[in-house]
This record gives sequence, C-alpha cells and structure tokens, in this order.
Amino acid sequence: MIRVVLSLFRSDVNPADRVVPPSSYTANLTVLTAAAMAFLAVFALALSMASGRLADRWSDALARTATIRISAPPEQADTQVQAVLEALKTTPGIASYRVLDDDEMKKLLNPWFGPDLPVETLPLPKLIELTETSGGMDAEGLRMRLAAEAPGAVLDDHTRWRRPLVEAAGRLRLLGGLSLLLIGGAMAGMITLAAQASLAANGQVIRTLRLVGARDTFIARAFERRFTIRGLLGAGAGTLLGMAAVAMLPRANEAGGFLTGLGFTGWGWLWPLVLPPLAAVVSFWATRAAARHMLRGIR
Amino acid sequence: MIELQNVAVGYGGADLLAEMTLKLVPGSFHFLTGPSGAGKTTFLKLCYAELLPSTGFIGLFGQDVRLMGRDDIARTRQRIGVVHQDCQFLDHLPVAENIALPLTVAGRHVDIGELKELISWVGLRAQSTALPPQLSGGERQRAALARAVMTSPEVILADEPTGNLDWEMSLRLLSLLVELNKMGKTVVIATHDLNLIRQAKTQISARVLRIAGRRLHLAGADL
Repeated sequence: MIRVVLSLFRSDVNPADRVVPPSSYTANLTVLTAAAMAFLAVFALALSMASGRLADRWSDALARTATIRISAPPEQADTQVQAVLEALKTTPGIASYRVLDDDEMKKLLNPWFGPDLPVETLPLPKLIELTETSGGMDAEGLRMRLAAEAPGAVLDDHTRWRRPLVEAAGRLRLLGGLSLLLIGGAMAGMITLAAQASLAANGQVIRTLRLVGARDTFIARAFERRFTIRGLLGAGAGTLLGMAAVAMLPRANEAGGFLTGLGFTGWGWLWPLVLPPLAAVVSFWATRAAARHMLRGIR
Repeated sequence: MIELQNVAVGYGGADLLAEMTLKLVPGSFHFLTGPSGAGKTTFLKLCYAELLPSTGFIGLFGQDVRLMGRDDIARTRQRIGVVHQDCQFLDHLPVAENIALPLTVAGRHVDIGELKELISWVGLRAQSTALPPQLSGGERQRAALARAVMTSPEVILADEPTGNLDWEMSLRLLSLLVELNKMGKTVVIATHDLNLIRQAKTQISARVLRIAGRRLHLAGADL
C-alpha cells in the first residue's frame, strides 16, 4: 500500500499522468477543499487534545485536594478544629493540611459579597484544606472518624464537583474526535464528487484509452495521482495555516478559561503534521473508488 | 483468431444482427459492406469486445468473450488495432504521442526511431507535433491507422476508414492496409465504397461480406 502511494509521486513511473488533460477546475477545487478541511481538522485536533489535557488536569487537581468544613457553635469551633487537626495528623495518605484564615475566607467570598464583608462578625464555618499524597487517603474512614471526634466537621472530597467536570471534558474530547471523523468523511465525499466530475469530463479520454488497450488500473492511476497530490498539497497548506492560527491564539494563563488553553503543547505540535498524509490517503481511496465505479460503465 | 458462431445482438428485445457465423483466419483480408445502419459498426464492436452478443459464441484469440475480465479485454485490444470511424484521439497530446498511445498504456518502451518511421510511413512527419484538432480529416484517418498498427497487432479492424477522404487519399490508405496484410496482418474494413473494394481486389485476395436483413452474407462474387 505504502509503495503504491509513494509511486504516485514518481513521474518516471507514471506515464499515465500525461494521458489526462493537464488541469481542470475540479482538480483546483480539490486543493481548496483539502485546505479548508485540514484547517478545520487542526482546530478539531486542538480541541480534542486540549479537552484531554483539561480532563486530566481537573481530574488530577480535584482528586488530590479535599476540604473539611466545620459548622459548630462559636464556643465549640476552636475545640472541633483542634480535634480535626489531631485526626488529620494521624490519618495516612494526607500530604499537607492547613486552616484557612479570615483573609482567605474574605477572598473566597469576595466575588459574592464584595470587599467590605465583616468576616469576623459572621457565623461562617471554619475551612481546612488538605492535599492527599499520590497514594490517596481513605475518605470514608476519615468521615467516620470525624463524625466521632468532631460532629460539626464535614469532609468534601470534591467527587460531586469533579465527576461532571471530568465527564464534560471527556465529552469535549469525544466531540473533537468525532469532528475529525466528520471532517475526514466530508473531505472524502467532496473529493469523490470532484473526481467523479473530472472522470465524467474526461469520458472521451477514458473511452479512447480503453479502446487502445488500457487497463483500468492504468486509467485509474492517472486520476489517483492527480487527486492524491492535490489532496496532499491542499491539506499541507491548510494544516500550516491552521497551526499558525492556533499558535496565534492567546496564551493559557490562570485567569483564562478553557479557550486560552486551546492549542498544542510540546510534541503535540507534531500531531497536525499527520493530517496532510492522511488527506492524501483519503484522496487516493476516494478517487480510486470513483474511478472504479465510473470505469465499470465503460467496456 | 476471431470467431463468431451463430451470434445475435439485440437492443430492447429486437435483434440488430442475427445468426452471424464467421471465422477470421490469420492473414486474411475482409471487406464488410452493407447499407448505412445495417450494423457494420456493431459487428466490428463485437469483434473487439466493445459489445457482448445476446446469444451465440464469440471467441477472441481462443477466449470466450463472455468469460473475459476487464483486464483480459484490455490485453486482447492490444492485439487488435481499431481504426474508428470518428478517429478518437487525446486532443491535448501531440500526434506522435497519440500514435504511441497503445505502447504507453501497455507499459511498453516506445522506440523513437520506429515511431518516426511509422509517422513517415503514413505521411504525417510534418504533423507529428501538431495536436489532433489541427489535423484534416484525411490526416486524422492516417494517424488513426498509424496508432492502430503501432503495437504490430495481429488484427486490424477499420470502420469506414475512407469515409472522409477523397479518392486519391482513399487509395493511399488502402495501399497502407494492403501492405499490412502482406506483412501477415488480418484486416477487416467496413465500407460501403464499392469502388474501393474493386480496387483492393486488383491487388489482393479479399473476401467481401455483406450485412443485409440483419444477417451476414458472403458477397464477393458480384463485385
């Protein structure tokens, strides 16, 4: 298969190339179609990869942190905080923990209540943030222990937040992959149509070739070569444009959301380079199918 | 070589040709006559597997035409040179490349010396780099003949090869075909030009076949 595809690019082994009139608008349309599809495919690929990274990041970050909320009458609050800290000290799987102070509480509530909130006068619960080790902790065991030693303490391991976020990121990744498939299918369809139009426009040429003894393979090769090369060139240009456009997107930062993380990182930049050869393969098979279909109607 | 046994070919339920039996032996020369629309072109198409018979048997070089795959048909056509009535060419290629086309599609080496010789033989040396649309009717017929014999085929089928030519040019083309026959090629010429047939019979032993009433008859005696 690889040898067949490679041979398409060697003019010395392709005398078939000259037997088809040099150019037609359908061939140029193929270049444009392949370029547009590759451009879109780069974004779909970027979306898919960014979603994957996001899912991993959310999953990883949320999975390793947890919060303990202590809601107790003011006179019992400090006692319960101490009891929780003692319990955490002897709980395996916890890397670090700390009590959030009033400034941090104010910062958390700032988006809802503004900067002038008198935190000290409000009956706010105490919050303890903890980070798990890579081995993780026994959340159920800790809950039971807290219930016994600090009845006002509630452990939130973020599961109910994490699951939908990770699911959403997973769906986005799936959508990216699905988009790639759809783009590939649409490209195959469009190239098939362009090849069919080209074959129909060259009906007389094909009949003449059959008359002088040309085999189907020889005739199909002429069209396969033409459309494969155009598919490759168009997709190459579209991919480069798409990569440039992705590179020009705003850089990811903490303030930015998902969109600023849309792009490729590190070796990930090599993935879009798979698209042009893939487009060439799609063009090759789409043209072969169209040529074989058309040739069946000519003896 | 080419054999037809009780062949009929029809369209839409009606027979265009029926009960045709013929065996073309190597080195023979046949004329095929009949009024316009009698089925001469259809008969020739049967001989190079462009059409399949409705009934009967057609053998091409020992192969049953019904059992031939598409590649078999292509290979068989490399052994049969066809001069079409309307001389189909690839209009974007020069005459020389059109003439060499049977070799190109067969993946065979084109000997430039032989190609030039053939082009000279049909009197198209000055037109070898011209494109087919730039040729006159007679030049196209000669280019078609040159293409038909490029691979040195065993059989040459010519469909009204002198249809667009004046008498002088017709004789020239006929002499080319006669010369090929003397070289051992089997030749079948479909024509309704009786003068051409008479002229040929002065040079060569030719059988004349006539299609009439949808059937093939031997009609040499009355010419």
